[in-house]
Amino acid sequence: MTEMTFAKAINAGLRRAMERDSKVVLMGEDIGKLGGVFRITDGLQKDFGAHRVIDTPLAESGIMGTAIGMAYRGYRPVIEIQFDGFVYPAFDQIVSQVAKLHFRTLGRVRMPITIRIPFGGGIGSPEHHSESPEAYFVHTAGLRVVSVSNPQDAFSMIQQAIACDDPVVFFEPKRRYHDKGDVDESAGLEGPAGLGMDTARVAAQGTDVTLVAYGPLVKTCLDAAVAASDEGVSVEVIDLRSLSPVDYPTLETSVRKTGRLVIAHEASQTAGLGAELAAAITERCFYYLEHAPVRVTGFDVPYPNSRLETHHLPDLDRILDGVDRALGRPNSLSGIEEGEE
Amino acid sequence: MRTEVSTYQMIAGDDGSPIQLLSPDGARHPHERYDRFLQDLDGENGKELLLKIYEDMVVARRIDAEGTALQRQGEVGLWPPFVGQEAAQIGSAYAIRPDDFIFPSYREIAVAYVRGVPLADLVRQWRGSANSGWDPYEFNMAPSQVVIGAQTLHAVGYGMGVLFDGAESAVITYFGDGATSQGDTNESMVFAASFQAPVVFFCQNNQWAISEPVGIQAHVPIALRAPGFGIPSVRVDGNDVLACLAAAREALERARSGNGPSFIEAVTYRMGPHTTADDPTRYRDANELEDWKERDPISRFEAFLTTRGILDDAGRARVAEKADSVGAALRDATIHMPDPAPEALFEHVYAGPQSILDRQRDHFGRYRAGIEAGAEGGQ
Repeated sequence: MTEMTFAKAINAGLRRAMERDSKVVLMGEDIGKLGGVFRITDGLQKDFGAHRVIDTPLAESGIMGTAIGMAYRGYRPVIEIQFDGFVYPAFDQIVSQVAKLHFRTLGRVRMPITIRIPFGGGIGSPEHHSESPEAYFVHTAGLRVVSVSNPQDAFSMIQQAIACDDPVVFFEPKRRYHDKGDVDESAGLEGPAGLGMDTARVAAQGTDVTLVAYGPLVKTCLDAAVAASDEGVSVEVIDLRSLSPVDYPTLETSVRKTGRLVIAHEASQTAGLGAELAAAITERCFYYLEHAPVRVTGFDVPYPNSRLETHHLPDLDRILDGVDRALGRPNSLSGIEEGEE
Repeated sequence: MRTEVSTYQMIAGDDGSPIQLLSPDGARHPHERYDRFLQDLDGENGKELLLKIYEDMVVARRIDAEGTALQRQGEVGLWPPFVGQEAAQIGSAYAIRPDDFIFPSYREIAVAYVRGVPLADLVRQWRGSANSGWDPYEFNMAPSQVVIGAQTLHAVGYGMGVLFDGAESAVITYFGDGATSQGDTNESMVFAASFQAPVVFFCQNNQWAISEPVGIQAHVPIALRAPGFGIPSVRVDGNDVLACLAAAREALERARSGNGPSFIEAVTYRMGPHTTADDPTRYRDANELEDWKERDPISRFEAFLTTRGILDDAGRARVAEKADSVGAALRDATIHMPDPAPEALFEHVYAGPQSILDRQRDHFGRYRAGIEAGAEGGQ
């Protein structure tokens, strides 16, 4: 075990993947000498050369489109989108090309491309630097979408994403980049816990409420579970890890036990991932549910300016409020929610 | 950064007119720059190749007519005619080596034919039997691209891969005048120049992007843009098969020998509609089509071959017969193409298993089995 930051863990995972397979190349803006604006690729160009860690022109569609051509040629590109809000110029190449080429070519052309996107808020940034665009990609057939919440998963899952023969959108919670954790670098691709990339993880055991999150809010939810336990409420926290496909068996097992589901994400509510999780769990576990699924999310507003973001982002108290709603305990909506006891 | 900007020029005729080696009456004009790329067409040895090019042009036009007819008869859903563009497509296609890779738009059906793609695979996507035809790795040709200009970036990325592999192959990407307005096409030229990717940008300026004349896309010759990206360009008569062949050979050799990207604007004309769903009589003058018929790529080449004594009536009859037989084979392959099984919906979405999709496939199977059982029970 080595203690390292989240950022260092991704860097180490990238290095491991590049050592394992000479076809792995990194592409992006400022990822060479600078090591990326978050230093995730620090030192990799020096060690692997400018043909494997490629500083590209400033054009996201160009990065994505040329990565597709590299994949056609047998390469395994890992592209860095500098910030969440800058992925949209590449949206067409991701949705209309990367996601569809395997299907279009009847399986003849594979797109083993990893699209790394630092996402989420909480770092006091200007506009376009704090968004959570995961639902767009979860909605797109042909893509796999994952998000990591801790250094060990960051180290293991970046390698799994790169080894995957499908395109993977890899969401990194940028506000957790400097968090430290133990990383077992000797474990195989699936990490010390032996978890596949599309498997969810029970991050904390509990019996009263199932609390689902991914990426940056897993830590917040774990803190919420500790706080809830002080009030005698036992919260089971599930780190989704894979947003597409969702590991429903793990979720179902938990909800059948607790009968209550709370979903937390930074992204806006309407047609967000929480909507899909709530619908799917209602379909699958209807007779086990004691309360309607509860969503605790960002509001349906453009990502706000930084001095408003603490009000927008689900924090410990808002998540606990959601837990109270699921339990029918007094909460912020008591008396106005239809059917509330 | 390179500073010898004089390298990056547009090569063209007087006043920017397209370079022409064959005039519309079939007369051959010597050309100092390009004749050396056509030496294998001289003398007795060249006759066979010239006749093959001619045959392919005639056959391709027949394929195109058959495609339109099949659409009118409901056998294919849509067809993008390329009539009038045979010289641009086939001239350039004859410059491409087997190890070169092609990233086409959706209209390069004649290029695919020259590449040896089976007839059924030319029509497969237009019939709706699949979203593409051939195996890209069997023919070193990507599937047709419907999103305008998207393929130009794929070509540059592939070319970067060729470069990093230390290989000596080239990449050619086809697109139209409309695509030159797309961000992707412009980004692809930035990337190609930055990495000196071995890519040939082959623009068929067929004057029309559906109903929009080329003047809406560009205020100056399209080829003039490339030097601004640091890419040398040439403007050729796209209805002159020899000019297209020579320009493509020069550009592909430049790419293969490590001298970076090139841009070719082949000035041609879309004699048909944009697709079979289009009606050009709503937006263009009939006289324009008549003018361009005078510059028809096939009759021009035919006049040249006849004057040279390479093509006679017997040769013409033989080629016409070949065209008819290919047309009949295309029709036969199309109307006998089976529909895919319903379960094909779920195939190849991912390279590996995906739990959500596997569940949907299972539910769909149960649903269909139930419907079939119900139908049997009702009989």
